[in-house]
Amino acid sequence: MNTLRTGTYALAIIALLGTSPALRASYAPAGQEAKPAKEPPKAVAIDIDNFKFGVVSLNVAAGTTVTWTNRDDVPHTIVSLTKVFKSPALDTGDPFSFTFKDAGTFEYYCSMHPRMTGKIVVK
Amino acid sequence: MADSIIHPDDDGVDRRGFLRCMAWAGTGMAWIAGAGILKSAPLPRLGQAADSSLAKGDFVFAQLSDSHIGFAKDANKDVVSTLQAAIGRIQSLPVAPDFLIHTGDLTHLSKPEEFDTLQQVLLSARVGQVFYVPGEHDVLADDGRQYLERYGKGTKGSGWFSFDHKGVHFIGLVNVVNLKAGGLGNLGAEQLEWLEKDLKSRASSTPIVVFAHIPLWSVYPDWGWGTDDSAQALRYLKRFGSVTVMNGHIHQTLQKIEGHVTFHTAASTAFPQPAPGAAPSPGPMTVPAAQLGSLLGLTDVTFVRRSHALAIVDHTLA
Repeated sequence: MNTLRTGTYALAIIALLGTSPALRASYAPAGQEAKPAKEPPKAVAIDIDNFKFGVVSLNVAAGTTVTWTNRDDVPHTIVSLTKVFKSPALDTGDPFSFTFKDAGTFEYYCSMHPRMTGKIVVK
Repeated sequence: MADSIIHPDDDGVDRRGFLRCMAWAGTGMAWIAGAGILKSAPLPRLGQAADSSLAKGDFVFAQLSDSHIGFAKDANKDVVSTLQAAIGRIQSLPVAPDFLIHTGDLTHLSKPEEFDTLQQVLLSARVGQVFYVPGEHDVLADDGRQYLERYGKGTKGSGWFSFDHKGVHFIGLVNVVNLKAGGLGNLGAEQLEWLEKDLKSRASSTPIVVFAHIPLWSVYPDWGWGTDDSAQALRYLKRFGSVTVMNGHIHQTLQKIEGHVTFHTAASTAFPQPAPGAAPSPGPMTVPAAQLGSLLGLTDVTFVRRSHALAIVDHTLA
């Protein structure tokens, strides 16, 4: 009879499955989340307010998407000094996103109000 | 309503000149400049401004600025109405202006419908000829191509030009394109070269009026209220006996006299902005509705040939 062998195999499979993180996570008691490995954020938000970029110098990892949102009552633009990115005129509430794939330092400013400057440092 | 006058006159002001200034003013303060010193004298109410007929060769022109068609936030939900009120004020001046100048920020976002609306408002009010220089809000999206399509005829580069009217030389400059990071307004080498050539053949006795959007003097650099290379332009203008610089951009009236040069900024017809440093930033300033009109306005300028003088009067909409 193969029932015992099948049973053993079944037990082995269940044991193997039992070690998988996914299964462990789904059996975790309520209120306790399984903790994934810590990763840097892939998306960062910068507010533009009172004619200033909310974070003047920002460090991000390559592959991060930065989204600027204009909170002022006048439009602003986001223009890279090295012509890597250039937003349209952003009215109040309008966002502009750019994904920084390459490492480097990317200085930018508002072409309407050139005293507004900022930079993104990508590592 | 509040009116104020500047009357630069190299000869100083004698009693007859003073009375002439008083006749122009209507209500409010008269600012009289003699040899670069500004004196003020409060005036009694004169009812109708007196001298409504000018001598031959004298004329009036008016300045509108910062109409920001397309703006509809708290500071003013109806910029077309306030523009129309400003035009109405022009039409009630005792002497009709020969033409208007608009010192920029015609629109808020350089949108075609915004330019169209401004054109319609000015046409239907039959204001006559208007000369324009762009503001930074007029050259978005396409580096000013749309502005030039509409207002570039007869201009050079990004829209600068000059013309003569009854012996006065008018110069429209553009200081809102190719702005450098960290900088202020910018005229650029090409425009400065043109300006030098434009002025070369002029007699120093020719009265000059220069207009541009951003102030050509350092009002408040922290807020971008100045022009990086205006000193060069002012050097070309130094030899002239009467120079009047008219700007907008800061949405409030300010004046300064330096030797033979009178600097003046106009109020906006759309919304006020705070006094330098009086707020965290130079954005639109919201005031109680009843107060708005007193912070918006236009400017009229009278040229009087026999004294080479220009009388600048600011009118509010209140």
